[in-house]
Amino acid sequence: MSKASCAHAHQDDTPSRTFEKVCQILDCHGRRSARLIPILQEIQREYRYLPEPVLTYVATSLGIPPARVYGVATFYSFFTLKPKGKHVVHLCDGTACHVSHSLHILDALRKRLGLPEGKETTEDMLFTVETVACLGACGLSPVMVVDGKVHGSLTPETAVEVIEKILAEEEAQ
Amino acid sequence: MRTNGTLTLNGRTCTIEEEDQSLLELARREGVEIPTFCYHSELSVYGACRLCMVDVEGMGVVTSCSTAPRPGMVVRTQTGEIRQMRRVAVELLLASHDTACPTCPKSASCQLQSLSQSLGIENVRFRNLREKVPVDDSSHAIVRNPNRCVLCGDCVRICSEVQGIGALDFVGRGRDVAIMPAFGKGLADVECVGCGQCAAFCPTAALVPRSEVEQAHAFLDDPDKVVVAQIAPAVRVALGEHFGMESGSIVTGQIVAALRALGFDKVYDTCWAADLTVMEETHEFFSRRRAHAESGNGGEPRALFTSCCPAWVRCAEQYYPDLLPQISTCRSPQQMFGSLAKEILPQQFGIDPGDLVVVSIMPCTAKKMEASLPAFERDGRRDVDLVLTTGELAKMIDGAHLRFRDLEPSSLDLPFGFKTGAAVIFGASGGVTEAVLRLAAEELGGERSDAPQFPVVRGSKGLLETELKVAGNTLRLAVVHGLKNAQELATAVLEGKAKYDLVEVMACPGGCVSGAGQPPTERSSRKARTRALHDADSMLQLHKSQDNTVLMQTIRELGGTGSEEAHRLLHTEHVHRRRIRGEGMSFSSIAEASGPPPLKISVCVGTSCYLKGAQDLLYGLIRHVRDRELDGLVDVEATFCFEQCDRGPTISVGGKLLHRCKLKDALEALETEMDERSIDVGKEFVATPPTGS
Ligand code: SF4
Ligand code: SF4
Ligand code: FES
Ligand code: FES
Repeated sequence: MSKASCAHAHQDDTPSRTFEKVCQILDCHGRRSARLIPILQEIQREYRYLPEPVLTYVATSLGIPPARVYGVATFYSFFTLKPKGKHVVHLCDGTACHVSHSLHILDALRKRLGLPEGKETTEDMLFTVETVACLGACGLSPVMVVDGKVHGSLTPETAVEVIEKILAEEEAQ
Repeated sequence: MRTNGTLTLNGRTCTIEEEDQSLLELARREGVEIPTFCYHSELSVYGACRLCMVDVEGMGVVTSCSTAPRPGMVVRTQTGEIRQMRRVAVELLLASHDTACPTCPKSASCQLQSLSQSLGIENVRFRNLREKVPVDDSSHAIVRNPNRCVLCGDCVRICSEVQGIGALDFVGRGRDVAIMPAFGKGLADVECVGCGQCAAFCPTAALVPRSEVEQAHAFLDDPDKVVVAQIAPAVRVALGEHFGMESGSIVTGQIVAALRALGFDKVYDTCWAADLTVMEETHEFFSRRRAHAESGNGGEPRALFTSCCPAWVRCAEQYYPDLLPQISTCRSPQQMFGSLAKEILPQQFGIDPGDLVVVSIMPCTAKKMEASLPAFERDGRRDVDLVLTTGELAKMIDGAHLRFRDLEPSSLDLPFGFKTGAAVIFGASGGVTEAVLRLAAEELGGERSDAPQFPVVRGSKGLLETELKVAGNTLRLAVVHGLKNAQELATAVLEGKAKYDLVEVMACPGGCVSGAGQPPTERSSRKARTRALHDADSMLQLHKSQDNTVLMQTIRELGGTGSEEAHRLLHTEHVHRRRIRGEGMSFSSIAEASGPPPLKISVCVGTSCYLKGAQDLLYGLIRHVRDRELDGLVDVEATFCFEQCDRGPTISVGGKLLHRCKLKDALEALETEMDERSIDVGKEFVATPPTGS
């Protein structure tokens, strides 16, 4: 398998290898329910989201009700239960960013990526665009974080440029 | 009693007692009422509803449920500020509440409604921020309407702390927080056992017993149907409360009168079937012991667990596959009744079997679930057509404008209305054990008495253990209520750490007297109802099931206890059940393989199989597939429970099930299957390499 096709299949690895990692993660934490949060964090690193059957598996392994696992997975904003794109855009819509028109930026990004109403992730699983409440960088408003990197004082144009750059890199691979 | 000084409560000096864990408990003990949503003496303290606020001098406003009383405190429970804060708290709840009070099933007993009234809230100043979500009516036992949830978390705590199930939990955060089963599934698709205790603790109508009142009316209005009722023991000592009578009033006669007035053709007693249960279960108890002695296996016979409580049976079926052989095969009294009624009555009434309708009146929501099981159906007809709770019957009586208290008591119909006191005490924890002992002790050669009593098995302890000596035999007994207690005991028994002869399990605290279908239950009403059942026992003529002559006639006609006929009609088989429904995981990396469909291998990773080593199996299989480059030819997946948990780890290779499977067996089966498909594994791979896209 070529690297590019892996990326498009939104898995850097085969499902069986990923699952082996899940087992290793569980075992390495001693299958202890007190380790639920770090376990979920590590599993999310593998899948980039938390698939339902995997959460049920985690519940079984730790000997706790699936409802508890689901509760924890939905409580922390760093967990996601929906598959996310390879690149994740977090656009701040806190008060400061909101008044500096973060929503125009959102429109521009969504338009560039062709995201239909109600969707946050592109068909090719390359991008996910989400708004978040205050990233704590109000001095730089409007702000977005792409793959962990902060981009501040944005305009719709500069925001789209960030995306273009990533797209170009993806093309090149 | 050791005390810990005094404090001032609303200007009055009060002693702090040892038992006062919080200001709230102290105030309630002193007769000062403080509103609460999220506090229950039997659950952990959560401290989220903020209704229980009080003012403590020097501390300001605090939540009384989570503040310990200290000497010298000056506490006020009613100040202008507190009143205002409570109003805001309740208004906020009302703003996002589905306020359809006149049509709400909880209208009369809703705590949100009564609180709003007592705080004098006439309009709500806030906007609703919650979106309406669908109602979950997937379960036969309870209906969940999240639009009426006040997020007190009572259901979450009762389900996990008392029942040890944990089917419900908080989901999401901030404004989006909600309570639901795992992954937002319906209650029928998760591990809920239908005990209904969550509904019993819910202050609003977010969780309520599923109502079947309309269906009952439809049957009663149908001129072709003969509708008969059976009344469970616990109902007769609780229904009166709904009509303002003292708790513990015995209202059997009025219930019969009310049912007749509602149009029931015959009114019978589940107690008749409870007497039958005693006969069958005791017979089973002794025949199992005989079989054990004859088997020459040595060791002690294993404990026999009761099967009267369907919530417990469900729990065991889902969580204790290895315990199932130890659970009595007797159907619950409700189902024994249904089965015999459908067998005997149509002929007696000269009607078509399809025209007989059996309605049970139960304290219980799990019985609704039980009655709907396919195992209790014959020729496509349910043995028990409908289960109404005590609360639903109360509504029907209200609806017919009957003046319950003034009804002239009427007597039960024969033959199924005839019972002994042994059956009546089934409704309270310890009752089944005592009823069985009244027969078993005689069989063991103990002394005979017309009214034997075994108070040693009574009491409100969650787990009661006792030894009883009868004519040189020792019976080790355990009586347990609350499924968490039951689960701890089951584990201990399976691990060989606890040894008993007979174990009685009831899911509800104190037994069926505080079933989820009963009027709201307090600790005091639980006690009063229990006492009333024992009173009802003493008021009856007979106290031992074996003295029920009417029943004995029926048993003879069946061919005796434990006969083939008895087995067909009165016993059942417990089955393994998965806890959660949902898709499994596939480990194939091929989206669409060309050529023949791959060999499917499913490995069960349900809890039981998991604990027996399923992970290693799965692990070994996917490694093998990868190492041998079988991807595309073999598709390994993980699935949650084949419902064959006693023989795990279970796997399926191309549709064939393998039990107690070891990796070696699995690989062998894989190779055999592949050979049968006449595929030379090594070469084939080269011919059709997996492409991945
Ligand atoms: S009915 Fe019983 S098991 Fe089911 S959610 Fe409610 S408390 Fe839990
Ligand atoms: S204890 Fe009684 S009321 Fe409660 S679930 Fe079991 S059978 Fe039903
Ligand atoms: S009862 Fe104290 S916060 Fe709810
Ligand atoms: S856990 Fe039920 S069959 Fe495996």
